[in-house]
Amino acid sequence: MRNVWLIWRKEMRSYFVSPVAYILLLMGALIFGVFFLIPLLGYLQFAVEAQMRGEVFPINMPEEITRRFLGNIPVTELFIIPLVTMRLFAEEKRTGTIELLTTSPIQDGEVILGKWLAATTLYCCLLALSAVNVAFLFVYSHPDWKPMLVNYLGLLLQGAALLAIGTFISTLTKNQIIAGAGTFCACLLLFVCGWVGEFNSDTWARVLAYLSVSTHMESFLKGTLDSKDAIYYLTLILVGLFLTARSMESLRWRS
Amino acid sequence: MITVKELTKRYARNTAVDHISFEIQKGQIVGFLGPNGAGKTTTMRMLTCFLPPTAGTATVAGFDVLEEPMEVKKRIGYLPETPPLYPEMMTGEYLSFVGSLKGLRGAELKQRIDYVSERCAIADVRNKQLGKLSKGYRQRVGLAQAIIHNPEVLILDEPTAGLDPKQINETRDLIKSLAGDHTIILSTHILPEVEQICQQVIIISKGKLVATDTVDNLQNRSRGAESIFVEVAGRNGALDTTLVQARIGKVSGVTRIVLKEKQPAHSTFEVETQKDHFVRGDLARAIVEAGWDLNEMRSAAVSLEEIFLQLTRTQEAAPKEEAVVTGAGK
Repeated sequence: MRNVWLIWRKEMRSYFVSPVAYILLLMGALIFGVFFLIPLLGYLQFAVEAQMRGEVFPINMPEEITRRFLGNIPVTELFIIPLVTMRLFAEEKRTGTIELLTTSPIQDGEVILGKWLAATTLYCCLLALSAVNVAFLFVYSHPDWKPMLVNYLGLLLQGAALLAIGTFISTLTKNQIIAGAGTFCACLLLFVCGWVGEFNSDTWARVLAYLSVSTHMESFLKGTLDSKDAIYYLTLILVGLFLTARSMESLRWRS
Repeated sequence: MITVKELTKRYARNTAVDHISFEIQKGQIVGFLGPNGAGKTTTMRMLTCFLPPTAGTATVAGFDVLEEPMEVKKRIGYLPETPPLYPEMMTGEYLSFVGSLKGLRGAELKQRIDYVSERCAIADVRNKQLGKLSKGYRQRVGLAQAIIHNPEVLILDEPTAGLDPKQINETRDLIKSLAGDHTIILSTHILPEVEQICQQVIIISKGKLVATDTVDNLQNRSRGAESIFVEVAGRNGALDTTLVQARIGKVSGVTRIVLKEKQPAHSTFEVETQKDHFVRGDLARAIVEAGWDLNEMRSAAVSLEEIFLQLTRTQEAAPKEEAVVTGAGK
C-alpha cells in the first residue's frame, strides 16, 4: 500500500508540475461554465415568459438545470480522459524510467494502481470544479442534493472506468499521441456502440447496447442508484486494470 | 555472488544471448565486454529481472531471478544505458522517490540521500531539475540512484558512454571507490576502461561467451608474448606460404604463426613468440637463408584490444568453435 501511495504522489506531482493539470482544469472550468450557462439562461427565459403570461412555471428549475448540465459532462470525458491517461506509461517507456520501476522491489500491480488512482484523482478535481457551478444553485434555492450525489457518483464511476481503459492503452505504445488518440477512439466507441440498440434488437445489438458506457449512465443521471449499472462500471475498471497488468507483464517478453 | 548457467534469450527472429555461463565472486569488479549488439544489455536486463530468460538460470546473491525476483531486486542497484530520470523532478526529490521505492524510509532514507549525494558529488544540484542537468551530472545521479539502498550487486550498463574525458575519469574513480562494498558488473566496449577498473573480464560477441579471464592474465598475455609482423617475398615472383610457415615454425621461441595477408609474390605473417625470447635475428636469418626476401619486420604489440578483436573475430569466422580461453595462455 505504501508503494501505491508513493507512485500516486509521484504521478500527482508530475501532473501539477507540468502545465497538463492546469490546462485541463482551465479547459474544464470554461466548458463546464458554458454547459451550465446555456440551460440556466434557457430556463430563465422560459420562466420569465411564463410569468409574463401569468402562469406558474411547471418545472423544478434547479434540478432540471443540474440534470441537463451533468448529462452533458460525459461528452467532455471524451477528450479529458485521453489527455489524463496518455502519458501514464507511454512517457515512462519513452524515457526508459519504466526500467527503474520494473527493477525495483515493487509489484506491477502497485505501479498500475498508483497511476490509475492518480489519474482518477485528477478527474475528481475536474468534477469538483464542475460542482462549483452547481453550488451556485444552492445559494439561490434549495434543490434536493441526494439525486445530485448519485449523478456525481455515476460520473465518477464512468470516468474511473474509462481511465482504466486509457491506462491500458497507454502501456501499448511509447508514443503519447498514439496513446491519446487510441484512448479517444476507444472511449468514443464505448459511448456510441449503444446506438445500434436504437435501430435493431437482435442479440448482437443488445450486447453492444449493454457494453456501451452511456446506457448505464441513464439510471445515475435520473438520480437512482442501480446496482446493476454500478457493477457494470466496477467490472469495466477491473477489466481495464487487469489488461494493464497483462500488458505490463508482456512488456518484458516483448521489449 | 552471481551465478549464470546456460542463460539464453531468444526473440522471435534472433537469439540475443546464447547459452552463457559465468560466475562472479563477491566484491569483484567485472567488465562485461563486447561489440555493440553483442547481448550485453540483454544479459544485464535478465540479471535485473527486467527480462525473463528463455532458458537457463541466473542467481543473484543466492536468489533465482525467475523464482524470487523481489529478493533479487532488493539486492541489485541498476543503472541502465540512459539513466532513468524523471526530467520534471528535483535531484533530491528523485533520490527520495527512488530510495522509498527500494524500501528505505525516515531517518535512514535521509541519511542515505546525504551519503550518495556526497559520494557521487551531486550535492550542489540537489535543488535543480533533473531535466536541466548536464550529461555528466545525470550520469552521476543515475549512479547515485543505483547505490542508494546500498545493494550487494551493482549492475552498470555503459556507465561512461557519452561523457567527456574528464567526466569519464571521475566516473571511473567513483566506480573503483565503490568496489569494496559492492560486487559490480559494468558493461562497456571501451577496453582501457576494463584495464583500469576491472579485475575480471567477460567477453561476449554475438550473444556467445568468448572468454572469461582475469584482467591480469589477459594483460600478462599481452605484455609477455611479443608478436611480430613479417612480410616475406619470394625471389621469382611466387611464394609458397605453407613452406614459409613451416620454416618459421622451426625457429626456436616461436609459438604461433598466422597468415595475415596472402598475395602472389609476398605474404604477411604474424609471429607470436615466447616471453623473453628475442627471436628477431634467428627469424630474419631463417627467412633469408631459405632464399626469400624479408620485406618488413615490425613488432605488433598485443594489447587487450588486439586480444578482444581476435577473439570476437574468430567467433565470427568459426561460430561453432569452442573458443573459451582460461588461464594465462603462456
